[in-house]
Formats: sequence, C-alpha cells, structure tokens
Amino acid sequence: MKVKVLSRNPDDYVRETKHDIQRVPRNYDPSLHPFEVSREYTRALNATKLERVFAKPFLASLDGHRDGVNCLAKHTRSLSTLLSGSCDGEVKVWDLTKHECVRTLQAHGGFVRGMVVRYCGNSFFTIGDDKTIKQWKMEAPGYGEEEEPLNTILGKTVFTGLDHHQKKGVFATCGQQVDIWDEQRSTPIRSFTWGVDSFSSVRFNPVETELLGSCASDRSIVLYDMRESTPLKKVIMTMRTNTLCWNPMEAYCFTCANEDYNLYTYDMRHLEKPIKVHMDHVSAVLDVDYSPTGQEFVSASFDKTIRIFSKDDGHSREVYHTKRMQHVICIKWSADNKYILSGSDEMNIRLWKANAAEKLGVLAPREREAVNYSQKLKEKFQHHPQIRRIARHRHLPKNIYHQKNELRIMKEARRR
Amino acid sequence: MFGYSLLQKSDPFPGPAPVPKDKLQKFKRQDKIQKPRRQHYRLKDIITRSEEASEMAQKQAARFDLLLPEDAGFLEGDEDEDTCMISQEDIADAVDITSGAKYFNLKLNQFGPYRVDYSRTGRHLLLGGRRGHVACVDWQSKQLMCEINVMESINDVKWLHTEHMYAVAQKKWLYIYDSNGIELHCIRTFNDVLRMQFLPYHFLLATASATGFLQYLDVSVGKEVAAISTKTGRLDVMCQNPHNAVVHLGHPNGTVTLWSPNQKEALVKMLCHQGGVRSVAVDKTGTYMITSGMDKKMKVFDVRAFKPLRSYFLPAGASCLSLSQRGLLSAATGDIVQVYRDVWSTPVTKPYMAHRVRGLIWGLHFCPFEDVLGVGHGEGFTSMLVPGAGEPNFDGLDANPYRSAKQRQEWEVKALLEKIQPELITLDPTELAQVDRTTFEQRHRDRVEALGFDPLAKERFVPKFKKKGRSSAGGVERRKKQVAHEDQREGGQGLMYIT
Repeated sequence: MKVKVLSRNPDDYVRETKHDIQRVPRNYDPSLHPFEVSREYTRALNATKLERVFAKPFLASLDGHRDGVNCLAKHTRSLSTLLSGSCDGEVKVWDLTKHECVRTLQAHGGFVRGMVVRYCGNSFFTIGDDKTIKQWKMEAPGYGEEEEPLNTILGKTVFTGLDHHQKKGVFATCGQQVDIWDEQRSTPIRSFTWGVDSFSSVRFNPVETELLGSCASDRSIVLYDMRESTPLKKVIMTMRTNTLCWNPMEAYCFTCANEDYNLYTYDMRHLEKPIKVHMDHVSAVLDVDYSPTGQEFVSASFDKTIRIFSKDDGHSREVYHTKRMQHVICIKWSADNKYILSGSDEMNIRLWKANAAEKLGVLAPREREAVNYSQKLKEKFQHHPQIRRIARHRHLPKNIYHQKNELRIMKEARRR
Repeated sequence: MFGYSLLQKSDPFPGPAPVPKDKLQKFKRQDKIQKPRRQHYRLKDIITRSEEASEMAQKQAARFDLLLPEDAGFLEGDEDEDTCMISQEDIADAVDITSGAKYFNLKLNQFGPYRVDYSRTGRHLLLGGRRGHVACVDWQSKQLMCEINVMESINDVKWLHTEHMYAVAQKKWLYIYDSNGIELHCIRTFNDVLRMQFLPYHFLLATASATGFLQYLDVSVGKEVAAISTKTGRLDVMCQNPHNAVVHLGHPNGTVTLWSPNQKEALVKMLCHQGGVRSVAVDKTGTYMITSGMDKKMKVFDVRAFKPLRSYFLPAGASCLSLSQRGLLSAATGDIVQVYRDVWSTPVTKPYMAHRVRGLIWGLHFCPFEDVLGVGHGEGFTSMLVPGAGEPNFDGLDANPYRSAKQRQEWEVKALLEKIQPELITLDPTELAQVDRTTFEQRHRDRVEALGFDPLAKERFVPKFKKKGRSSAGGVERRKKQVAHEDQREGGQGLMYIT
C-alpha cells in the first residue's frame, strides 16, 4: 500500500520571528477565488465612492495683487515659479512651494496684456496697454538697485498678445496685425495681415516651432508659418475665439476657446470640421491650456468655473468652482502635470490639483500599487450605470446648474 | 574558426518556456468576443489590448502553477489489494505521526447524533448534538474553545465568517453564539429552522425552516435580506452552490429547486428522483450536482445545462452526501461511510474508501485543505483520513489556516468591504462582465420612437453612373456586390443589394 496524507510543516507557513513579515503563499486557481466579477465590481464601486470622498482639489490661494489678474506665465525652467500680470500694470513673481510673492514690479501703466518667459528662463517679456514691450531679468535686482527693464520697445499701436519662440530669440506680438520680432531689433522683422483690424491672441506651436496661430476679431483663426511671407490658412467660426492653445504632443492639433460657450479642437490640416467640440461651459470660455502630456486640457470661463476636458471627449471630466472665485480670466496647467493655476477677477491666483483625489507627495510602493489597482478597476467598470452615476456626480452652484439645464433643453428643442 | 563557431552557438530552446495546455485551460476565462468591424477603431483597439493583457495574465498564472509547494495526497493499494478494504488504523500507522493524529474518535453518546461543521480555513470544528450539546474545538491541537449545553434540541450548527461566531438552529429560534460560548443574538423572526448554509462572500446565512420558508440573514449588518415562502412543505435538505451562491433545496416529491434571494419563485425546478430527495451536494466549480434519493439511486447532474449525466444504484441509499475540494464524494448509509473518486468523469464501480462508525450517521463534512473527513454520528464524532481529499495549496489572502490574529483582522475588514450585495446572486455569476445587448436594443428602440427615424440605419447604396469607364452594367453589378459583401461581413443589410 502506498499512501500519502497531506501534512504541512508549520515552519514553512508561519514567520520565524516577529520582526519578519508574514508569509502569504498564493494560489491563483480560479476555483479558489469564486465571484471574481462581482467582487471586482464591489471593489470598483468602493474605489469610485472613495475617490469622491477624497476629491479636495483646492490647495492654496496666492493673494497680493491689487487688481484683477490678467495673465499668467509659466517659468520654462523652474516648476515652482509663476509670473502673473494684473490689470493695474503690476507683475508679481511667486514661489509656489511657499505660496509667497518673491518679487513685485510695476511693469506698465495700464493692463499687462501678455507675458511670456524666454526659453532659457533668464528673462521674460511683458506687453501693456501703454504700447510698450519690455524685457526684464529673471533675478531680482540687488540691494539698492532699481527695477529696470533690460529692453523697452515702443510700438505704434496697442499690443494684445505675446508669445515667444521655443528655440530661437524670436517673439511674436499681435494687436492690429501679427508681428514677428527679433530680440535684437526694435522693429518687427515681419508683419502678417489678412484684412482684419485686431487680433486677440497669438501662440507659437511648441512642436513645429515655426508655426503660429492667432485669433482675430472677425471670428476667425489665422495660421501662419514664420518662414513664409503671407499667412497660411484661415477658418471663420460663428463667434469670436478668445484664445487658442496648441497640443504639446500632437504637432498639428490646437484647441480654441470660443465665445459660444464651447471649445473646438482642430487639426490644422483639415480646418473644414473640428475634430471635437467640447461643450459644458455656460458662459464664454476665456482661456485654455493643455496638460504637458497632451491628453487633457483645462479651460477657464466667464461663468466662474474651471473645467478639465480629455482631448477626445465632448464633455468635461471635472469642474472646479468656489464661492470666492469670480470670473476666471487666465489658466495654466503646471509643467509637472500635477497642478492647475487660475487667475481670476478678484485679484487671486488659485492653485488646484489636476487630479482632485490624488495623494500628493511620495507614495510607499504598496500605496502606489493600491492606487494603480483602484484606477484600473474604475476604468474597467466605468460604463456600469451605478458606477457611472457616482463617478460623474459633481456639485454645481445653483445658477450654473439651472443654466445648464436650460441650455440642454434649448439644444433638444433645436434638434427636434 | 573554433572561436567563431563558439560565438555562433545558438540557444537549443529558443523563446520562452512553453506552458502546458491543460494548465492554460485551468486559467482560461471568457472566450474572445466578436469585435465591431465598422469604424469603431478606438473600441476595437481597446478590446484587443485588454484581451492581450488578459492572455498574458493567464499565461503567467499558469507558469506560477509550477511553483506551488505542496502535492495532493494519494492512496494506492498493492496489486491484489482493494483501496476500500484498507482500514483507517492501517493508514494511520503507515503515515507520519501528525497525520496519524488526524484520525480520532470522540465518544459522546449522551447528547444524541451530532451535526458537524468545519470553519472555512479548516482549523476549527463545530459539533452540535441533537440534545443540546455544542462544542467548538481547534481539532488539530485538540484545544477546546467552548463547550455549552443550550438546554433545547438543536437542528443544525454553522460557523459564520470566522471562528469567532457560530449560528445554532435550536428548537424554536435561531441563536448566534460567540466562540467563548456567550449567546450574542436570539433571532425570533427565524423560527423552526431545520438547515442552514452560510454564503461566505455575501455574508448571508440562508436558513430553511420546517414551515417552508427560506430566509436570508445578512450577518454583517444583522438584517433579514429576504424571506421566501417556498410553498413546498418542510425543507430539510439543503446545500449551496459555491460557484454562484444559489441555494439548492431537496423536496419529498423528488424535485430539487434552486433559489436566489432576489426572486420569490424558484429559479429552476428539476425533477431528480422518483422518491424523495435525501441529500444534495454541488462541487466547488458549480458544474456538477450529486443527489441521492429514497429510490436508492445516486444521480450526477450537470447543473449548468441541467442535464443528468450518470445514475448509480446504492443498495441502501445515501442519507448524507459531501464533496471535498478535489472532487471526492462521501456518501453515508446507516453507520457506514463510503468515499468515491471521480463520480462524474468515469463510471464508478467500487468505492475508493469505506469506514464503519459506531452510531447512525447524522452529519458529514470534508475538512477544507486537509485530507480529513469529519463524521458526526449517534455515538459522537469520528475524524477519518481520506488521502487526496483536500486542496494542497491554499491562497494566503483568502482562507489561510496559518493566519495570525492580525492577519485575520485585516482579512475580515477587506472581506467586509468586498461583501457582494445579494442583488448580484444569479445563476451565471459572470453576467456583470458581459456586454448588455438588451439594454442597448431597448434604448435604441426608445430613441427611434422619440426621433421618428432610425439614426443608425444606412441608406440604400445607389451606384453612381458617372464613373470613368466603369459605368458598364457589369461594373455597376460588381460595385453593388462589393458593398453587399462588406455589409454581409458586418452582419448588416447585405442581402438587400443583391436583388
């Protein structure tokens, strides 16, 4: 007779000392783990609910400006520096880690219309209502020295937008026409016109660095190539575009923030139809900025909310609002993909998390695994009605909620 | 030349190690779904990627199977010896001392025949005598946890989710006790309970009463989830399907009915025997159901297709049935226990093992993860050795017999968080993972009604006649056929164009 009865040696299954970790033998046989789908569904439901519990995106408010914040500029080399220009001509440089203003300077007499940091990070340019372009040093002046611009260029007309080339010492401004300037010259090296009387913003393409896009007051968007002498293409829309932003990962895509409460993503090669129309705002969209991954973008609107959209979705995945935040004028997505900075009418700049429920800081390996697992579960079950209902739920201020319903009813009526 | 050929040495076994096919079959989940063929490129891409990831996970799990530490037990007789003639004492002598100690008898002849239950980890044993004696023991170390007499007759005992709580169905009501013997709850809405089953992943205690009621109690919140009036008389044959948490009840008219807490009627009614049903057992994968009846037959059914597979004749019928984790079936007749191997794959002629106990057998339960069968009878309790019954490799995160107190606490919290809602108990537990075509069709119909036209319908293909040099009749027919062929591949209105 040959016989073997199952007998386990406890030494193989129990830890040796209390300073070791516990032994956990695994067996992945599916018959030992029944109800896989139901248990995963329950875990996904819990993960979705917990995400809503931990969704606290507001981090800090930077206050110090004495008039509404008109424009923001990201420092190209430092993640913790932010520059902001306000409606009384003041420019402040902020340290985001300490939430403090490290430098203030009176740049212009009227509004600061645009600001941009040079690609090397050593200086920045500002334009104002007093028809000047000024270049400033990034370091604060030493003891006893006065704040003086490195360079001042006087123009003939008011400038309304400014952007700098990614690699060369060239910048573009827009006002009555789009001008390309060389830093060493005091007159533009090239001017583009297409029969329009004013432009509101100009942007360089971050990937194809010779391309530019601008928004004109005749409800059109005009595209230029710096190497050509005439503009490239124009697309005319129903209402005026306030700003546009190029996708930092896809060379030919840009998103424009329109007055008709929508954002339109275009492929510059096929301007007849937008790739996607992003609808969710209830008032004019004032500014838009892409995340450095190119997968999402954030939009600031006159209706006192910030919305985050995914680049292929027609509706927002997230909305941020506060009672204290009034019309949001400018918005930026930080270069480490984690934070959103918004400048608004009531003189405050707010720092938000891009992922509202994310835990910031260094995560332990097990924490990170748990977060990744929850994320994957939420994605897997995102279409189930109960989970979708919880994941989509956002609190909105009453007036925006009613306005949204009104707009929805109007849209349904038009469709019928 | 020699050095050059050394550099040219090739791997005699190129590529990754092959995975045996039967192992891959063990870990196989759903079949690949039919992908949408039209312009849904993103969806097709997502489905392809997720299927690739799933296949990779299945392969990795199949590879990991090699690393499992333990092997299952076995018993092989010599050439002229029959395994069913080998006695328990011989086996206990032949194996090592720890395994030999797993064969023991408890002589308890005062308090009536005993019902038996092992906890999910297999370490703790609960004995309930008919005349009121309840004892919980850590049977491997023979340590008595508690021993009480409830002063009433006991119909059934069951462990709850851990070894700290158990339920006793007493003469009138249902009681819940702590492992120290303290009465925690007396639940008066559950009266005349005859049999109980605990659904571990739902934290539900299903009870079958003498008045024909099937009631479910959620033991984590203490609420009665459902009370179903089965209208089939006294319910004293009950078992659960561990794969989908459906309760099987056996009736004196030979039918077995399947119940879920979401419906007031039975999910399925199967006629199994000509006489009454005496016992039912379902295997852990939820594929086979074994029933024994008053007509002295023991039948094996495929419970997914509800078809009978095999039928055996037992000269004296089987009053209790129990299935082990590795598919061994134990059947009790009077005071003899017989263990059969592979009842559903090959027709069985003789039992694998047999043993006679002292009194009339009242309860039978295989111990999880051990090669042990617990028999409760009129003279007490016998634990017998059945080599090859228990699953050799347990999963530490699910039911770990060697867990410490801290591990148990962590496991309990996680299990409570993952508790499955009773609404998800259906015949097919993977229903949630399938594409919901009925809802889509329903919504499509509503939309067509609301809009007045079908937005997804394609217009009839009208061939253009101005194609340079291709407007001949033959060319037009060719173009029509091409569109029809494409449409037919997608399952559309292809047939319309051929006319």
